[in-house]
Amino acid sequence: MTLFLQRVIDGLQNGAIYSVIAIPMVLIFKATTLINFAQGELAMIGAFFCFIFAVQAFSLPVWVAALIAMALAALLGMGIERTMLRPFDPTDHLPVVLITLGIFYIVNAVAGDIWNYQAQVEVPQLLPWEGTWKFFQSEDNPLGLRIQQDAVAMIIALLVMLFILWLILSKTKMGLAFRGVSSNTESSRLVGIRVGRILSFGWGLACAFGALGAIIVAPRITLQPQMMLLVLIYALAAAAFGGLDSVYGAAIGGFAVGLLNSLVLGYISDIDAVSSLSAAPLIFPVLLLLGVLWFRPAGLFGTKSISRV
Amino acid sequence: MSELMLEAKGIEASYGLVDVLRGVDIEVKKGEVCVILGANGAGKTTTLRAICNMPVVKSSGQVTLDGKDISRADTGAIVQQGVAHVPQGRGTFPELSTLENLQLGAYVRKDSKGVDEDLDRWFQMFPVLKERKDQAAGSLSGGEQQMLAVSRALMSRPKLLLLDEPSLGLAPIIIEDLFNTFAQINRDEGMTMLIVEQNANLALNLANSAYVLEAGGIALSGPAEQLKNDPAVQEAYLGA
Repeated sequence: MTLFLQRVIDGLQNGAIYSVIAIPMVLIFKATTLINFAQGELAMIGAFFCFIFAVQAFSLPVWVAALIAMALAALLGMGIERTMLRPFDPTDHLPVVLITLGIFYIVNAVAGDIWNYQAQVEVPQLLPWEGTWKFFQSEDNPLGLRIQQDAVAMIIALLVMLFILWLILSKTKMGLAFRGVSSNTESSRLVGIRVGRILSFGWGLACAFGALGAIIVAPRITLQPQMMLLVLIYALAAAAFGGLDSVYGAAIGGFAVGLLNSLVLGYISDIDAVSSLSAAPLIFPVLLLLGVLWFRPAGLFGTKSISRV
Repeated sequence: MSELMLEAKGIEASYGLVDVLRGVDIEVKKGEVCVILGANGAGKTTTLRAICNMPVVKSSGQVTLDGKDISRADTGAIVQQGVAHVPQGRGTFPELSTLENLQLGAYVRKDSKGVDEDLDRWFQMFPVLKERKDQAAGSLSGGEQQMLAVSRALMSRPKLLLLDEPSLGLAPIIIEDLFNTFAQINRDEGMTMLIVEQNANLALNLANSAYVLEAGGIALSGPAEQLKNDPAVQEAYLGA
């Protein structure tokens, strides 16, 4: 029983990490109907921006470095949208998706070059709590149930970020315009919305969110250029599972994928044949993604689109 | 010159390699209802899109709104200048609520008090919208969505209202109500309206002037009364 609970807790922790990338992906999908494969890498570089300002080149307080990093990540995202994506026909997805893949490689390679693909020892700690709560320790089970405080802090932080995102999207004029563009781009033009500016806003918001999320989870998953590589697959599965155009779906999807993955992996790893596969961690998210696309492409909370032909 | 709200000269438009408009001239006087008739594919929707410089169509020509040249302006700027376009199929934001749809209609406005007043006014004219103000716009009936679309357009306090096939897909009784509302808006607000319609009867009864578009060019134009009594129009569009 304790093992089960431990897996649940670990799953929720991981789920928060997946949500950090899934939510910005959904934001960009809502605005442009395209999947940004570079989302993880842009978040990673945001975490490194924070590292530069807090540790490497300057010694600013972590929260200041984090704010600067968010702003830089937002500018980077907006710049990418403006120069590399906007020139293309928005209805032809293939070139644009390939470009985001290209950006994925470029950002990863640049970061790898600068920081030698090495995990940084001194990681900026935005949330100060360390330490572990322990429950249910007994003779048979000396480890008991371990809940790490920084993991709980991470989950709470993510929920706060989600709340702020909700405020921005539903209570501000820009947020309303963003939802308008997401709902009906042509009509948005007809009410005077400058769609280009809103797309920039969407990219900026998504990248700032992703960067902050990466900064928060970096101490947990190590700060290194490869940190978001695996996360991307989970985030994609989470976003699809929750519904590609639903922000809450992405959050719920993230936690759900984390939970399910932890449970499934925990139990199938007991099968020797599976645990010897190096790609074992990928089994679940890939199968989930396939399952979603096959049975319910709209995901849990996405808009089912039925076109009258 | 100042008598005209809209003057479009030599409008040419194409979608990719397909030419749709081959030089169209349209004039709409201030405060009048002008109607563009024509069969499917004649280029009526394209005309409205060209006036608004919508990126979906490649258009050229000269367009003047209340004396101001808007030929090169982008759609957002044209809307800010005072044009409101209700596209074919209503163009509502289906996932957003009725109220949010109307708020988006007022996007270009900076006077929040005036916006609230206008919301009240259109809720009064269309009480069903007030009833459904927190409901997702996509869940409204066709007629209700059309009322929403028109109200949304009016929320920007436009000088010129463009309507693309407002009767499309609506039950006859709803269409009658709708056109009565158009007449009322034209009377009470002095709203200049350019309506594209396939329902020639209703349109010519409402309009002051009319154009008939055929294969990308103007075939006939003149006062609505005159076109109504024209035997060619009667045969082709009025089922006489």
